Amino acid sequence: MTQKHNSLVEIQNMAFSRGSHVIYEDISLSIPTGKVTAIMGPSGIGKTTLLKLIGGQLNPDKGKVLFDGTDVHQCNRNELFALRKRMSMLFQSGALFTDINVFDNVAFALREHSGLPEAIIRRIVLMKLEAVGLRGAAKLMPTELSGGMQRRAALARAIALEPEIILYDEPFAGQDPISMGVLVKLIRELSDALNLTSVVVSHDVDEVLGIADYVYVLADKRIIAHGTPDELRLADNPQLKQFIEGEPDGPVPFHYPAPDYKKELLSGLD
Amino acid sequence: MGLTEQIAKLGRSAIELVTGLGRAGLMLWGAIAHRPRLKKGLPLLIKQLYVIGVQSMVIILVSGLFIGMVLALQGYNILVGFGTEESLGPMVALSLLRELGPVVTALLFAGRAGSALTAELALMKSTEQLSSLEMMAVDPLRQIIAPRFWAGVISLPLLALMFTAIGIYGGHIVGVEWKGIDSGAFWSILQSSVEWRQDIVNCMIKSLLFAVVVTWIALYRGYHVIPNPEGISRATTQTVVQSSLAVLALDFLLTAMMFGS
Repeated sequence: MTQKHNSLVEIQNMAFSRGSHVIYEDISLSIPTGKVTAIMGPSGIGKTTLLKLIGGQLNPDKGKVLFDGTDVHQCNRNELFALRKRMSMLFQSGALFTDINVFDNVAFALREHSGLPEAIIRRIVLMKLEAVGLRGAAKLMPTELSGGMQRRAALARAIALEPEIILYDEPFAGQDPISMGVLVKLIRELSDALNLTSVVVSHDVDEVLGIADYVYVLADKRIIAHGTPDELRLADNPQLKQFIEGEPDGPVPFHYPAPDYKKELLSGLD
Repeated sequence: MGLTEQIAKLGRSAIELVTGLGRAGLMLWGAIAHRPRLKKGLPLLIKQLYVIGVQSMVIILVSGLFIGMVLALQGYNILVGFGTEESLGPMVALSLLRELGPVVTALLFAGRAGSALTAELALMKSTEQLSSLEMMAVDPLRQIIAPRFWAGVISLPLLALMFTAIGIYGGHIVGVEWKGIDSGAFWSILQSSVEWRQDIVNCMIKSLLFAVVVTWIALYRGYHVIPNPEGISRATTQTVVQSSLAVLALDFLLTAMMFGS
């Protein structure tokens, strides 16, 4: 099931739950180096949780998450921080620091970790902002940016330290068609130009299938399908078809589990 | 509710309390138990001193002035009946130094700066800014919590001194300028009554301990908030209520220790 070679991230037989609510029962997957891998699935299935498990922000109940062969959850804090300098995450909200401007947001990690002089940092930041088309917005505060621009500024910040992997958490959520098109193009181009490994968590089927090299689909606490976008489009798994074609009812029911409708309506009428 | 359920509920509350204290302790330990980073830490501290300390000055100074004036007016009305209105100076000064200065400043600080700290941290958590710091391999305890904690600990004693000083000035306005007490008597009796160790140092000790408690509660409530509108609202309220009650209870303990014998 998993690709064993050239994988930057490997998840092996991982289970995770929040209290009594099981999120993953036993999942295994691998993220190939230098490729765009998409993790798809319905809302609330735990896609963001998966990114937090890869980043070591959450601990699995069992199983392993290996980053370049290192078990993320066996690291002490210093080792974990050393690993995180090699990864980057684009949060769904952008998560820009609202008390500093766009330039300082992008420069933040460089100032913390690179030890470079300010003149070099300035040039790097301007280059990153140019890459996402926001060099002109360097002096604006995050609150002065549109949602799409915030996402792009966050992307510039995410690539500032030139990480080996970027974890994208719902990058297209709430974006207008133009912003979405810009983000799709940026993710693909950055991945190709910098030889980045990208993990895109999303439920925007068309956009994701358009840029991903490999796709995993999560549902029912497990991986229900995986393959290239073309393989998934041709698959006859009804649960997968329902998700890809956006049908409201099917193996994933439209209705939340409830008692009999007629009985409930008529109850209490005595 | 049955007896068993009541015992279980009590047990849950006790576990939650102990867990909360443990979390708060770990948070503070993680924030301050490090070698100071002057180059990176100092600008962060200065910014927070401005936000937490300087921006609280207006409410502290205005409140101090009015409380000093009210205290002097009420005091004058009582003292004049005994013909001891010259004692107004020490009455105002000792009331402010020993009790009202540290306590009222801490209560105002909890409402002005404590609630703002909690709301700020809670919003940072709900907008994933704290998570993004973690993912950038930057410890939010050192980057966010530590400068705010130290800024609170430094600011509150200084604000209490300002509150007390302007309160005494307010007492002077009412007693000397308005009611006609002799200015020389007001200041000389005040000076001879106030002791450095007993009054001023104890005022600073109280303020310092209140500063630790209020800032700690505010930071803990913000850092461990449930990141939704209800959670943020609840955390902000809890900061003001819990730190106010803690200040008042701690004040009684400290007063009993300092002035009880």
